[in-house]
Amino acid sequence: MTKELIKGNEAVIKAALLAGCKSFYGYPITPASEIAEAAAKYFPLAGGTFLQAESEVASINMVYGAASVGERTMTASSGPGLSLMQEGISYLAGSELPCVIVDIMRGGPGLGNIAPEQSDYHQIVKGGGHGNYHTIVLAPNSCQEMCDLTLLAFEMADRFRNPAIVLADGFIGQMMEPVEFPTKAIEPEPKSWAVRGDAETRKNLITSIYISAEELEQHVLKLEKKYLQANSREEMYELYRTDDADLVVVGYGIVSRILKAAVDQAREQGIRVGLFRPITLWPFPYRELSVLAQWAEQFLVVELSNGQMIEDVRLAIEGERPVRFYSRVGGMVPTTEELLRQIIKASEEKDVRANLSKTQEFLWAV
Amino acid sequence: MYAQTFQRPRSFYGQFDRKPGDHLTTHYCPGCGHGNIHKIVAEAIDDFGAQDRTVFVSPVGCSVFAYYYFDVGNLQVAHGRAPAVATAVKRALPDSLVISYQGDGDLAAIGGNEILHAANRGEDITVIFVNNAIYGMTGGQMAPTSLIGMKTTTTPMGRVVANDGFPVRVAELLSTLEGPTYIERVALYDNKTRAKARKAIRKALQNQIEGRGFSLVEVLSPCPTGWGVTPVDSLKWIEENMLPNFPLGVFKDKSAEREHRTHRRQAIAIQDVPGILGLNGNAGNERSAGILAGGPRTSCPPNVDYRLKIAGFGGQGLLFLGRLLAEAGMRQNLHVSWLPSYGPEMRGGTANCHVNISTTEIGSPLVSAPTVLIAMNKPSLDKFENEVVGGGLIIYDSSLIDHPPARSDVEVIALPATEMADKIGSAKSANMVALGALIGKTNMLDKDALLHVVRSMTKKVALLDLNLRAVESGFEFARANAAEESLWGV
Amino acid sequence: MPEGKEKKDRGWTEVHSEECKGCGLCIEACPVCGMHLSDKLNGRGYHFGEYQGHGCTGCGVCFYACPEPGAITVFKN
Repeated sequence: MTKELIKGNEAVIKAALLAGCKSFYGYPITPASEIAEAAAKYFPLAGGTFLQAESEVASINMVYGAASVGERTMTASSGPGLSLMQEGISYLAGSELPCVIVDIMRGGPGLGNIAPEQSDYHQIVKGGGHGNYHTIVLAPNSCQEMCDLTLLAFEMADRFRNPAIVLADGFIGQMMEPVEFPTKAIEPEPKSWAVRGDAETRKNLITSIYISAEELEQHVLKLEKKYLQANSREEMYELYRTDDADLVVVGYGIVSRILKAAVDQAREQGIRVGLFRPITLWPFPYRELSVLAQWAEQFLVVELSNGQMIEDVRLAIEGERPVRFYSRVGGMVPTTEELLRQIIKASEEKDVRANLSKTQEFLWAV
Repeated sequence: MYAQTFQRPRSFYGQFDRKPGDHLTTHYCPGCGHGNIHKIVAEAIDDFGAQDRTVFVSPVGCSVFAYYYFDVGNLQVAHGRAPAVATAVKRALPDSLVISYQGDGDLAAIGGNEILHAANRGEDITVIFVNNAIYGMTGGQMAPTSLIGMKTTTTPMGRVVANDGFPVRVAELLSTLEGPTYIERVALYDNKTRAKARKAIRKALQNQIEGRGFSLVEVLSPCPTGWGVTPVDSLKWIEENMLPNFPLGVFKDKSAEREHRTHRRQAIAIQDVPGILGLNGNAGNERSAGILAGGPRTSCPPNVDYRLKIAGFGGQGLLFLGRLLAEAGMRQNLHVSWLPSYGPEMRGGTANCHVNISTTEIGSPLVSAPTVLIAMNKPSLDKFENEVVGGGLIIYDSSLIDHPPARSDVEVIALPATEMADKIGSAKSANMVALGALIGKTNMLDKDALLHVVRSMTKKVALLDLNLRAVESGFEFARANAAEESLWGV
Repeated sequence: MPEGKEKKDRGWTEVHSEECKGCGLCIEACPVCGMHLSDKLNGRGYHFGEYQGHGCTGCGVCFYACPEPGAITVFKN
């Protein structure tokens, strides 16, 4: 194993090539551009294709083409680019085409800014495109996970014949940490369904159109079966000091790192607090989170958004326990000390805010 | 003996089983030109022996169901995006025959950008552009190519230039680009024009087979239903109404002079990929390959936990300074992280980075309470001074900052970094002076190991000697400073 | 099939009536006026195109004028 000090954004590309990815189609956008830059450097050297497309609309459709021929392929962007890609993602899911998409989230809505946020959660996790589909969503919180979850994303995308999205914030993309890469690259299994421009695959058809109602219903049910399967066995999460926790804090990506530090500091003060970090945002680890509600008295969700993942946390808790919320947006990031204060406040107030709405909690927190 | 001379091409399915209902005929209206064009394409695929190699890309429009008919590899794709899809298919399968078959709404309206850039890149694909001046599939709405005054369901009073603009002339438009190899506009209104259309389409396909680059044939094609005329009258309609707007002819033809336009990937064995990425010490990235491969290494000092904020002007090399620290820390088997503040402020404004170096796993990579602040300009000192933990360390560039920090509960080194670097040879090495001073003061990392990292990460050879001397001078400054302090009992 | 027919014509055209939509383009295209619409209707309710049985030169223009993939086959002597 070799350790390399590397940016999260660059780790993605090395991992992708180790996963046997053959093509990268993308359009520059801060804070994701290093991914395209690394791809431009390494894909041609490694026998693949890098192409800077004319737009994210074109990028995702190039990905559609590459996925159709059965090769591992990817793109990367940030929120505004992902918005443009939603049509293509819907087509990819509808046509059951595997690919990996990396979203390095920045501030929104609109042009927003280039500072980190986690405000693409709804768009990415709930599906920003049209129709009945889901995408697999993996949320790394370190450069090492940018590598590991990219590798996993390719594997899952192939297995489910579905787009998989690596959802990271600007911090995880921009920071550098030591990463251990595998020293062997993977030759992906050939795909019998692909259209490869040969006699063997001549009868194959890649399509998302099912003009008769009966056929489309069958198709949607087939997709749904996949999604149910994913939902019952692919959830990933991290538990940290939750065994005896009265308060469970929930966060993903960069927030989970800050929360972990805050949990340690709170524990030093005798507060029984633990961290739940979803690693798969879709499928969301509902059951595992709900188990914690058996003993944890309350939950505190922290996001760099106006409250998006909290909806899934509430679904998991099913009203059994109060779910608090704290957030910073616009590129503002809470410090460890700030989150520690929130933890202390929560442990002191306990059930006071149990019945407040999300909006009220948000205003309260601000 | 009679022999079959003109017959259903083999590249069509014998029976259209993918089509719901009737499997014998197409879904096209009587007299629709799509069928004629399909036939010409299928016949050419037969004649060129390319049936097994063909990938037919059909986006949204009346021809969205082309896969009902063509017995070739088929992709059905989003509205207007066929040239993007075709691009990736051709890049992956350079020996295939990739056909992007698009209507006027698809190509000239919603897909305007995709066709423009596929053409401009000179992608080695064949585009069949069916121009019938109307949206057929959705029921007769205005197309970008609808004629002035033409009544459609969305121009009930006729297309008005003031509101709807002019009909788009795709062949002319794309011909202004350098990228395309061959662009011709043909029509289907009599035997002669059909023969010409056939010739053009065959040439556009032949070009791709020979690797000559981007070819597009625009076909003025009848839509009797959309135009509200009989199939026979629709022929006249093309001649009388379309031709004046869309003159026929070859708009660009560089077929003869263009060769080898197919992109081919390097043949690389999968087992060689890690080496190319610098991951197994073989080839590729020198810097990566060198990691842990050489240079002095020391065991970790016990219980290191440094949280640094390094701040100053963009261009002072402070992000690089942070990376050197993180790299050196990693090579000494410590946990490290490096996080830049990024964005427009990087250029000309302030730049800062957060570095953690620790014997234990790093929680938050964000440094909100630094144990060390290196401030290389006044705004940075003002901004971050109060964040430093009590008992922490502030190193500031006294060449550029005229007042010391107000804090009395931290250690302070007033380091004339820019002046020192300037004396050595370049003020640009002030960052290295600060690095040396940091190590000289804290011993947080082994100096020799650090110098090794400086050597391996300084890209410009000319700067290397300068950088090394700058580190040394900063180091000595801090040591002398410490000696002086102990002498005076400060 | 034209086997057994008088072989004085250079060509012969066959319309597969069930594949015809009666658009009439073959009639318009034929240089020797060899095609006409049948009085009969096909299964889809169209008066289908029909070869009149003489005069065909096997030139194939009706084949290219016909929008349906397999509705017309042209034979040559």
